[in-house]
Parts: sequence; structure tokens; C-alpha cells
Amino acid sequence: MSVTTALPAHVAPRPFDRLRSWWSDVWVMTRRNVIHIRREPMQLSDVTIQPVLFTLLFIYVFGSAMVLAGGGSYKAFALAGLLVMNLTTSTVGTAVGLSTDLATGVIDRLRTLPMSPTSILVGRTISDLLAAALCSSIVALTGLAVGWRPTTNVAEVAAGFGVALLFSYALTWMNACLGMVVSGAESAQGIVFIVIFPLAFVSNVFVPTQGMPSWLQVIANWNPVSAAASACRVLFGNPNPSGAIQAWPMQHPVEATVIWSLALLAVAVPLAGRLYRKRTLD
Amino acid sequence: MNQQNMIEAAGLAKRYGETQALDHIDLEVPAGTILGVLGPNGAGKTTGVRILTTLTTPDEGRGWVAGHDVVREAAAVRAKIGVTGQDATLDEALTGRQNLVMVGQLCRLRRSAARSRAAELLGLFELDDAADRVVRGYSGGMRRRLDLAASLVMRPPVLFLDEPTTGLDPNSRQRMWGVIRGLVAEGVTLWLTTQYLDEADALADRIAVIDHGRVIAQGTPRELKAATGSQLLEVTLVSPHAGAAAAVAAFALGHVSVSDDGRRLRGVVRSESGLATAVLRALDQAGVLVDDIAIHQPSLDDVFATLTGADTAAESMAIVEGVLA
Repeated sequence: MSVTTALPAHVAPRPFDRLRSWWSDVWVMTRRNVIHIRREPMQLSDVTIQPVLFTLLFIYVFGSAMVLAGGGSYKAFALAGLLVMNLTTSTVGTAVGLSTDLATGVIDRLRTLPMSPTSILVGRTISDLLAAALCSSIVALTGLAVGWRPTTNVAEVAAGFGVALLFSYALTWMNACLGMVVSGAESAQGIVFIVIFPLAFVSNVFVPTQGMPSWLQVIANWNPVSAAASACRVLFGNPNPSGAIQAWPMQHPVEATVIWSLALLAVAVPLAGRLYRKRTLD
Repeated sequence: MNQQNMIEAAGLAKRYGETQALDHIDLEVPAGTILGVLGPNGAGKTTGVRILTTLTTPDEGRGWVAGHDVVREAAAVRAKIGVTGQDATLDEALTGRQNLVMVGQLCRLRRSAARSRAAELLGLFELDDAADRVVRGYSGGMRRRLDLAASLVMRPPVLFLDEPTTGLDPNSRQRMWGVIRGLVAEGVTLWLTTQYLDEADALADRIAVIDHGRVIAQGTPRELKAATGSQLLEVTLVSPHAGAAAAVAAFALGHVSVSDDGRRLRGVVRSESGLATAVLRALDQAGVLVDDIAIHQPSLDDVFATLTGADTAAESMAIVEGVLA
């Protein structure tokens, strides 16, 4: 076999400007992650099957015994909460995916290529954002099927999903950091129970916070997950009992969610970059 | 650094906890040559590759590849190198073709160019049939070939192959050797680590033997064999002779063994030119008639064992005798 004679002349890389080549790397990494998902669709169960199950379970099982203070159906109240809850739990996929990549040899291959190192992280968060968008539409479709209806206009409903996805994207970066701190994919999965479940449940996602012990109310009212759920309720025009609470995030849930998300991104993005460098050198 | 050298390591040191993985190594690889880095498991071979390929930073010392500092100009180094790791660095969930296209695109090739380069490499490495199968199902030999193909997408002038044939069956190994020879004929500079002496002997222009993170010997395969300084002398007599052992013992570094029939004498001797003539003259003066005289160069195995395991002359001679017995 002649490897040598058949090798063509060196193909010159085309002269990109830096941003374009960075974006090209990000896109290649995103596509690669999407191929992974296509290869193993069960990886997606937390954004496909789980949202359907949770939505049906909460609406029919919990909803059967739930009476909302201030009126309104539990169905109408719960959907925005379920949207935020499903998006929150699914961000663990970022930690699992990243720690899996870091444990395999492929990361060494990528690191010896003249590519942008940050595109590995950004590509991961973008493919997870795509999964989050899929998750949102499945929750919405399930909701519509069981009788949930937004009462505002298209722009506000779209803004509701936009705010939820922004919040989920910020959590994705937090999970990227967590995924690089833990030792492997199994430990990454443990993040769900240690970080994500308390975050998702100590909130107004499933029940109004007014009935909680007062110390827990404070935590729940300032939990960014509560702000995100309230923001969606407001933008969808669904019942929002938290609107009666004096805490600032409950009075301004949309602003609060945006601020929480941007603050989280401002901390998590540079931290993820540092953790990645630390993790991959030595 | 020296302009003639494509790869240069100067005092590279790296410690992992209590282990000194690399202990100040100095190595140079002139352009277009193969350096075989030979050593047992855990000798520091992989650490050396990881530093020179920008995957790890050294604690001390500096490294240059194609004139660029591996720490300060890591990006420039990455544009010049291809790396095939000891563990295949492939994406298991992608097909062979998808792996190569991804690498090509990350090397900033247009998608169409990346695709045609991938198809070409798959052909060259006889992976056409498996091209669209997921790598998870590949055999060891196929993985290594695909991994090497992935290193060659941009046709790098400098290649690092970390134990490219470890765990391969003899056929796949021969095939890999053919590929490596072809690459070097093209002018590629190669840093090849191996545990196999025959591999270093067959492929490398120069060999560096490393152990416990230090370079304990380097030179051409021939120089290394000579550097152990000892050779095995075998003399077959026409008939047993009382004075023969004493005559041979004058040249020997240790004990001279005599076979049961008294006709064959063996001993480890220091290599020097004209040795055979000198031995024959001595035997002749002692009145011994000789049928046959042979001086064996030690194999690289002996050199290796001598350098890495056995420190004393007695031990190394025992090894040489053991191997050749």
C-alpha cells in the first residue's frame, strides 16, 4: 500500500477571521454531539419521555387534590412549572456529556488540533440548548393535549419560552462546571440529586409557596427557579399566586429571571473555561 | 534551538505526585528522521509525547517542535503535528468517515475538502468497507489505522506515534510498519515510542532508551549494540585441549564455560577490533587446533536488558549468556 505517493499536496486552510473560525469549530462540535444523540436516542429520554410523563403525572395525580388559592385550574398553573422543572433537570445532561468526553481519548485528539479549545464547551452547551428547545415543545404539546391554554398573545408566549430557555442555558453552564469538577459520568449523574432536585423542588414549581414554613418561603421565593416559573406564568397569562408575594423576584419575575440567568452566565462561563484548562492540562 | 532539528527536548522534567515521570531529558530529532523512544511500561514515554504535543506542560525544561516552543506557541505547534496516542483517540459513536471529516473541519478545511480528504485516507488505509460503520465495532488494527489516518488529515510534517503497534496482531503490525516507512520516505519527522526492540531496530534511525524518566542511552541501533561493550565469543576446537580455556580466559570478562565434550568454549568478551585474530593467535601459541570461531554482537534485547535491568557487569553477562544459550 502506498500511503505516501498518493498523498496530495498540502491543502492550505482557508483564511478565516478568528470569529468565523471559532464559530465553525463550535458548529462542528455541536453537530458531533447531535450525531451522538441520534446514535443513542435514549440519551434524549430526559427531554422527550420524561417531560410527557411528568406533565401527565403532576397534572392528573397531584392536580386531582390541588386547590389553588385565588382560583384557577391546577393544569393552567402547573404547566409553566413543569416546563421550568423539566428544563432544569435536563441540564444535568451537560455535566454527564462533558464528563464522559473528558474521560475518553477523543478529548486528546481534539486538543492536538489547531481548533479553538473553547468550542468544545460552547458546542456542548449549544447542542444541549437544542435539546432544551425540544423539551420545551414536548412539554407545550403535552400541555395543549390535556387542555392547558396560554391566554396572552403569540409574542408573549414566545417570550415566555425564550425566558425559560435563557434560564436553562445559564444552568447548562453551571452544569458544565459541575461536570468538570466530578470524576466521571456516574458522579455527574449524582448532581441531579445533590444540586438539581433541591433547586427544582424548593420553589413554586408545583405548589404556591404561601403554604410553606416561613423560612422555606424565603428560600423558595428567592430561588431563581421560582422566578423562572412565575415569569412563564405571567407571560403565558396563567394563574400566578406568587404575584401576591412581596419579595422582589416575585413582583418582577421576568426581570429577576433575566438577571439571575445573566449573573449565572457571568460567573459560570469564565469558570468553565478555567476548569477546562485546569482539567485538561496534566 | 538547532534549526536542523524538527523536535527538540531540553531538560524536560515532569512530576506526578511522588513519581518523577520525566527526569530532565534532552533529545533531538533531525528533520526527516525517526527517533525510536524505547522503554518499559511507566518509563516516561507517554509523558514525553504529551508534553511535546502540547497536551501537558512540563515542570521544567523546554521543548520545540518545528521551531515553535511547545508551551508558549502551543497553537503553532498544533498546526504542525499529528499525534496517534496509545489509546485510540477516536469518537466511538461516530463512523470512521465522520471522525475524519470532523478532524478535517476542525483543522479549518471546508466541508467538501474535509470529505474528499477523508475518503482518500479511508482508501489509503484500506478502511473503505468500514468507513460508514460506527468505530465502536472496529477491531484493534482498524482503530489504529483510523487513528493514524486522523493524524494525517492535514499532512503534518511532524508525527508522534505513541506505541502504535502495542496489542496488534503480527499482520496488522507489519502493515503499520509499512505505513510508517512510507511516511518517513515522504520526509515526515517521526517520534516513535515503543516497547518493542525489533520495532525500534527495524524503523528508527536513532534510538533513545529511557527508564525511570531518564535517557539512559542513545544512538543508532548499531552504536547501542556496540555500546554495551560485550560480545559473546564461541570457539569450537578440533579436539579437547587442556590449555584452551586459559588462552580464551585472557580475553574474557568473566567465566569461560567448557562444554561436556570439551570441544566448545564460550565466554563474554569486550568488543574490540581484531579480536578474532588475537584469540586465534593465542590459541595457536597454546598449540590448540580450532575448527570454528564466532563472535556474536548482542541483540538489542540484550542491550535493553543490560541498560534497564542489570547494573553490574556480572548481571549483564549473565543476561547475554542466558539469551544466547
